[in-house]
Amino acid sequence: MHLSEILRIADGTILTPSTFTDHEIRGGVGADLMSDVLAAARPDAVLLTGLCNPQVIRTAQMADVRAIIFLRGKQPMPEMVELAIQENIPLISSEHGMFELCGRLYRAGLRSFETNMNGDHE
Amino acid sequence: MSNNSLQEIYGRKGRIVTDQDAREIGRVEELAYELKNRDVMSREVHTAAPQMSISDVLMMLRKHRISGAPVMDGEQLAGIISMEDIVRAMSENALSASVSAYMTRPVISAHDYDSIVKSLETFTKSGLGRLPVVDESGKLVGMVTKGDITRGILLALQKDYHDEELRRYRASHLFEDITSDRTSLILRYRIKPRDFVNGGQASSHIKRALLRLGAPPQLARQCGIAVYEAEINLIIHSTNGGILRVQIEPHRILMQTTDDGPGIPDVAQALTPGWSTASSEARAMGFGAGMGLVNIKRCVDKMELESTPGKGTKLLMEINLSAEEKFKGGAEHPEEPPV
Repeated sequence: MHLSEILRIADGTILTPSTFTDHEIRGGVGADLMSDVLAAARPDAVLLTGLCNPQVIRTAQMADVRAIIFLRGKQPMPEMVELAIQENIPLISSEHGMFELCGRLYRAGLRSFETNMNGDHE
Repeated sequence: MSNNSLQEIYGRKGRIVTDQDAREIGRVEELAYELKNRDVMSREVHTAAPQMSISDVLMMLRKHRISGAPVMDGEQLAGIISMEDIVRAMSENALSASVSAYMTRPVISAHDYDSIVKSLETFTKSGLGRLPVVDESGKLVGMVTKGDITRGILLALQKDYHDEELRRYRASHLFEDITSDRTSLILRYRIKPRDFVNGGQASSHIKRALLRLGAPPQLARQCGIAVYEAEINLIIHSTNGGILRVQIEPHRILMQTTDDGPGIPDVAQALTPGWSTASSEARAMGFGAGMGLVNIKRCVDKMELESTPGKGTKLLMEINLSAEEKFKGGAEHPEEPPV
């Protein structure tokens, strides 16, 4: 699924136009705990999160996350936007909540890129 | 830089921007300010005189394969004659008329010391396709077209790209180029306590350094996650911050954090998944789930945690590189060294 398609399904707003590239995104991860992202996210996923602070960007960089969607209309601080531009990670804001947006994207065919506690891919 | 000028370079709409483009757009914007007209302009200028006939100018333009020329009255820039002006003259059957009757005036010119972004804005505003370039004294020194600007930016990008390639090439051959019985590269970072805003910067530098050294992305990711969790632990728990140290060798990567307190009372408990003593501040940042050390363990081949309450904590992490992951060069079977 292309990032533009994800943007459409999320009714999202791009917060970092200069980093927006219409990547093919093959899977998604939803988490508010950054350790969960570091533990479970396979590379090249889109991250859905209700958390909005600079460590989300750092975590995304470490875990090779391709794009971040902030849920429930959360707006990152300017420092975060700057960091995301520097690390070339597109930021998107969506009015939807976690359950709703995970469901919408899953139904549209986006796979889970989470690894469960047995180490298996979902 | 105004959006207009970027659109001038990238086209108005619709084109899918590639990965490469996305990386370069930021740099293109910078270059539009960095590059001056004198860096991109054509210096060899073919000029026309006011009394020349339109047909003579047409011949001159054809001969040099250009689509316009400044009209010089002695040292003075008197106007610009372009194909458009000539077409107008032709439609009026005035091929033998003099250039001065059909040339465009007044002349909009650019300064050689101005950034190309200014010329791009002038192109957009005026609808012109070329600008004569003058120096401080007003003397004509060249011509600049959109084509010259595109070419100038492409050449500068090519040079950037070449420089980055060269840096990567040099870094990735570090271990090959330096001969010793045992070569290692040590990166050290001082981590401040409770600095959640800049936290992760050291890990970010480490990951980039590994990629630049030619490490496969999966390896850089494993190391990145391990040092990031360790860095966050220093930020959350250490009294006075600590040191993050990474020792890169051709066959393995040793990572280590040390601090001088407060120390962990029960190390076994600290290693239990889900156990955490993190502050609410750390939790607000998305940490403190009690998964940090568990995550680290998953990413490395060997992890050792030593701690004395009141003295401090030392966390050792080691990744042994597989045959494919090994950095090129270095001794094949290095002796086990004192760390």
